[in-house]
Amino acid sequence: MLRHRKIGEADRILTIFSAEQGKFDVIAKGVRRPTSRKSGHLEELSRTSLLLAQGRTLDVITQCEVIESLAALRGDLERLSAGFYLAELVDRFSAERQENLAIYKLLLECLRGLETGGAAAATLRYFEVQLLSYSGFQPQLRVCASCRGAIEAVVNSFSSSAGGVVCGNCRVEEGALLPLSVNGLKVMRLLQTGSYVDALRLRATPALTSELEEHLRRYLRHVLEHEVRSGEFLRSVRSLRPAHDEAAEVVVL
Amino acid sequence: MTQRPGSGWTDSNSTAAPVARLIDQFNRLPGVGPKSAQRLAYHILRIPSEEAEALASAIVEVKQRIILCSTCQNLSDLDPCSICQNESRDRTTICVVEEPLDILAFERTRSFKGVYHVLHGVISPMDGVGPDDLKVRELLSRLSDGQVNEVILATNPTLEGDATAMYLDRLIAPTGVQVTRLARGLPVGADLEYADEVTLTRALEGRGKV
Repeated sequence: MLRHRKIGEADRILTIFSAEQGKFDVIAKGVRRPTSRKSGHLEELSRTSLLLAQGRTLDVITQCEVIESLAALRGDLERLSAGFYLAELVDRFSAERQENLAIYKLLLECLRGLETGGAAAATLRYFEVQLLSYSGFQPQLRVCASCRGAIEAVVNSFSSSAGGVVCGNCRVEEGALLPLSVNGLKVMRLLQTGSYVDALRLRATPALTSELEEHLRRYLRHVLEHEVRSGEFLRSVRSLRPAHDEAAEVVVL
Repeated sequence: MTQRPGSGWTDSNSTAAPVARLIDQFNRLPGVGPKSAQRLAYHILRIPSEEAEALASAIVEVKQRIILCSTCQNLSDLDPCSICQNESRDRTTICVVEEPLDILAFERTRSFKGVYHVLHGVISPMDGVGPDDLKVRELLSRLSDGQVNEVILATNPTLEGDATAMYLDRLIAPTGVQVTRLARGLPVGADLEYADEVTLTRALEGRGKV
């Protein structure tokens, strides 16, 4: 379940993401009533088995049973916010009724990771890079996205409009360039080619974490032509937290 | 047949313009489709003029006179509202709800004697609804005088409701005011066989002596 909205007196329209059919809307009748037998099985971010009856405009849920409720997410504000963020990204990148099993598995893997205590920042960055790849917007990180020349192990730049790392010799239009550190490029490459387990093993300094987040936030905004709304809430939740321990170093496998 | 934006179809050839406009207005109401709008419009035509005028003036009056209570943000024709003015209410306990209708549900129980605060929505990150879009600042300012002992977070038991409750808890905790959440579990009349794992877990956690 990606999201829901109210309709009528007691119904909801759910946006679901299916392994077989991709993203589509269904209607759950009467689920907002306290005595609804279905409501607890149709929470957002849960994985549920559905029996649908074909409707004229929307399919109707006739039976449902939750398979994975990911209940631990509900008790942690940071993880829940991260879960909303992942769901919104899938919603924004997915077209109606287009199967994408890779994205389904990615979403499941990362939601499970968040639920079991995986580092939220690493999970989100890994998810963003992988989702961009699966959606056809993989950033170019091996050669200069502008001139296709070699990328040296120095501070380069990241350009959303060029679609990746840009070498020092190339100029991109004003405002598009953001410095990309050597470690930042290494980590982005790892997130692109490595596994989720690899991503969770990373230990990044707060400065590197912020750098990666900012590069990907700008790139996502460029691709989607809009800010990811739940990202704003994520940042406001983070501002409520006590400061984290500053001492850490990057370990790149 | 002509189509006006947002109004559905009206047959401008066979429907008098005032009736067509009335149907169009009813059609804009939530949950009212074209057929219902037509039935409502023709009902208005059949009722006595006094009844139609009473309906029209009630609609105008509610828009002119109903305001938000400056204390609890509930819909009211008085400021402060009747609940906030009521001296017999326990002002040390605030029950925070999402919408004004939720207050009606609590008042029907006749068991809650505290006061309320209406957020007018819930945090919904994917829809871009954040804490600044709700009446959160107004809630925090009510806690600053040290008179409040407990805030009950009575947002709906949905993910957005939980996110809102947890966010408010973080904001309120530094004030020293006790923050509680409504109990969860099985609704009266429910069938265990159909209960989901989260509900059953919560019900088990909140079990008590018979």
